[in-house]
Amino acid sequence: MSQNIHDVIRQQVTENPIVLYMKGSAQFPQCGFSARAVQILKACEAKSVMTVDVLQDPAIRQGIKEFSNWPTIPQLYIKGEFIGGSDIMTEMFQSGELQPLVAAAS
Amino acid sequence: MDVAQEIHQRLTVLQPELCDLDDDSAAHQGHAGAAGGGGHYTLTIVSAAFVGKNRIARHRQVYDLLQDLMPHTIHALALKTYAPGEI
Repeated sequence: MSQNIHDVIRQQVTENPIVLYMKGSAQFPQCGFSARAVQILKACEAKSVMTVDVLQDPAIRQGIKEFSNWPTIPQLYIKGEFIGGSDIMTEMFQSGELQPLVAAAS
Repeated sequence: MDVAQEIHQRLTVLQPELCDLDDDSAAHQGHAGAAGGGGHYTLTIVSAAFVGKNRIARHRQVYDLLQDLMPHTIHALALKTYAPGEI
């Protein structure tokens, strides 16, 4: 079961260039940290972002924490690589590191 | 021992030069995530243990020390991690 969820997640992050695991949708985030993550991706002019609402699926909600070895939501993946949570996204956006990563994946 | 004291005590193994914890829980009263009673915190920590580590590794070092408190005692933790001299 748990292994299957990890396979699902692995497929999501490898088949989609930018994946944001978050609470709620991009239109209606259900958590301030997820809302900030969406805003940062918009500010980076990210295209083709796949968002996964972990509140819709308890297996994904737990599975993504195990998969990334990271206890919090949101979590950003770009080209299959775990980038971090909303604090790391904020720091990388402010330092200008995030924009080229997003541009290269959009 | 309250939660803030517990967090400070756990982080002493990192021998932080600065360990500043803000309890933001009051600002989140009433929202769905706060219903479980877990607190919202912002932690700024400066430690030589972060030298040469990237952001993900630094956050994991902190999370590892607090793992069993999350997500029920600590619902949300905003993290700023610095090596000495970075701020």
